Amino acid sequence: MKQLLILSGKGGTGKTTVASAFIKLSSARAYADCDVDAPNLHLVMNFKNESETEDYFGMPKAQIDRVKCIDCGVCLENCRFGAISDEGGHHVELFSCEGCGVCEELCPVGAAVLMPDIAGELTLFNEDGNVFSTAQLKMGRGTSGLLVTQVKNRMKSAADTYTGLAVIDGSPGIGCPVIASLSGVDMVLIVAEPSLSGISDMERIIKTAYNFGVPIAVCVNKHDTNPDNTGKIEEYCRENNLLFAGKIPFDPKAVEAINSGMTIADIDCPSGDAVREVYQITVEALLSENKGSGI
Amino acid sequence: MAKKIAVLSGKGGTGKTLLSVNLASVAGDCLYVDCDVEEPNGHLFLKPEQVRKETVCVKIPVVEKALCDGCRNCVKFCKFNAIAFMKDKPYVFEEVCHSCGGCVLVCPQKAIAEKEKPIGEIRRGNSNRIKSHSGIMNVGEVSGVPIIEKLMEAVRKESGTVIIDCPPGSACIVMESIKDADYCLLVAEPTVFGAHNLKMVYELVRLFNKPHGVVLNKCLPGENPAEDFCIKNNVPILGRIPFDKQLGKLSSDALIAADEDERFKTLFSGLLNKIMEEADDETASDSKR
Repeated sequence: MKQLLILSGKGGTGKTTVASAFIKLSSARAYADCDVDAPNLHLVMNFKNESETEDYFGMPKAQIDRVKCIDCGVCLENCRFGAISDEGGHHVELFSCEGCGVCEELCPVGAAVLMPDIAGELTLFNEDGNVFSTAQLKMGRGTSGLLVTQVKNRMKSAADTYTGLAVIDGSPGIGCPVIASLSGVDMVLIVAEPSLSGISDMERIIKTAYNFGVPIAVCVNKHDTNPDNTGKIEEYCRENNLLFAGKIPFDPKAVEAINSGMTIADIDCPSGDAVREVYQITVEALLSENKGSGI
Repeated sequence: MAKKIAVLSGKGGTGKTLLSVNLASVAGDCLYVDCDVEEPNGHLFLKPEQVRKETVCVKIPVVEKALCDGCRNCVKFCKFNAIAFMKDKPYVFEEVCHSCGGCVLVCPQKAIAEKEKPIGEIRRGNSNRIKSHSGIMNVGEVSGVPIIEKLMEAVRKESGTVIIDCPPGSACIVMESIKDADYCLLVAEPTVFGAHNLKMVYELVRLFNKPHGVVLNKCLPGENPAEDFCIKNNVPILGRIPFDKQLGKLSSDALIAADEDERFKTLFSGLLNKIMEEADDETASDSKR
C-alpha cells in the first residue's frame, strides 16, 4: 500500500475536504482519520455500520486510596505535573496526571496506585472491502500520538493485502499527533492557505515533515482569496524544490457539499474540478520514482 | 470588571486568532496571550515591538556512566520507555521523556542527574497599549504544554483584561489554556465539521464549569449546523460574523480589521461589550449560587 498523508500546519485549511475528495477520486479501499482530537472524515464517508470499536488505553492514571493515605505529602512534593492536590485530603487531579508512577513509587503506605485509563475509542469500518480506521480521543487527554499510531496500524492490518493508495487525513499543528502520523508514510500533501498565518504555519509543518525524509507536495486551497499570497507559496515551493500540486478556488458549493455529507468530487463545482488536477499531479508523483523534494 | 477571556474552537481555522486580535485591539489596554504554541500567529497581526525572549526548558536525565552499576531500576521504572539499556548502560531517548524525574529518584547509585533542554520560547512585546505574549515551540518537539504553563504564570498575575488565544482541539493542551479563564468564547463555522467540533469544546467548557458563549463566524445564507446546535442546546450566541471578502482579505494579510475599517471596529467593539456583559452576569450569578 502507498500511504498519502494530508497535513496543513494551520487548522481549517481544508485537509478533510481534500482528503475526502481524494478517497472518492482514487476509489481508495483503505483510509484513516488521524485527527483524533477533532475527527471529521466520518461525517462525509457515509458508512452505515460500525463494525468494530475498541477502547483506547492511554497512560495509566494515579489514584490515592483515601483509607490508606496518611497525608504525608510526599506525593505532592514530588509530582512534577501538579497533579496532586491536598484540598480535602491528598488526591489526584485526573487531567493533570501523566501516569509517570513517581507517587506510586514513593508512597510509604501503598495508597497511591496507577490504574488503567480509557483515553479514547478506536473505530474500524470494514464494508464491501473498504477499510476506514478512525478514533476519538476523550476530552482533555494527552498521549494522542500513541492513538494515532494505533489508528494507522488498524488500517494497515485490516487492509494488509491491499496494494493501492491509502489516504490518511492528519491533524493540525506540528506536535505529538502529527509526528506520530508522519512515520512510515510514502508522501505528504500539505494543504496551504494563502494568508500570512497560513504561510508561517506551512513553513513550520514542512520543516517538521522534512526531518522525516518524506517527499512533500503542496497545494493551495481558496487560492483566489489572496492571489499575492498564493504567488508567495508557489515561489516558496520553487525555491525549496517542493512539488507544487495546484490550487483550488474558494467555492461556496464546497460548504454545501460537506453539509449534505458529500465530497467536492461528488458534485459539479469549481473546487471539485480543481481538486481533480491536484489529485492527478500528486498521485503521479507518488507513484513515480522521481518524487524529488527537498529543502 | 477586568476579565480573562479564552477564545477556543474544536476545529482549526474557524477564526480564533482573528477574533482574539480584533478584540484585543478594541479593548486597547490588555494582555494578549497566544497559547497556540505549535502554530502561533497572533504576533503576525500585532507586530509587537521591543520583544524580549525567554527560553523554556524541560529537565532531561543525564546518566553518569562511571557511577552506574547496571541495576536497570531506571529502565524498569520509566513508564514512557524513555530509557533503554544499550551496551550495558542506560541510554535516554530525549524526545519521549516526560521529565517526571522518576529515574533520578529510583537510582540507588545516584548516577542520574538532570540537564535543562530548551523546547521553545516565549516572546513578550508591546503593540500600542496591548501587551503581547506568544509561546512558540521548537520544530520537532512533541509537547508544548510546559510553554503554556509558563505563559499562564503571567496570566494569573495580570489584573487587567486578558485575551487567551487557544490551540485547536480539546486535548490536554487546550485544557491547560482555559484553566485560568473567567469566560470561554467558542468560535464556530457553519459546516457539519464546525458543529461536530463545537460540540466537543462545548462539552469541555461544561466539564470545567466555565461560563461560555458562541460566536458564529463566516456565516453564509443557508443552513448553519453550528447555529442549530446552539439553539438546540441553549448555548448563548453572542454574535454572528457574516462571511465577508474584505474581512478575509485583511486578515489574510495579517492586518487587524478593526484598525483598518470603522465598520469592523464597530462590529468588534459591540462584540467585546456583549462578552463583558455576559461574563459579568455569569460571575454575578455564580456568586449567588
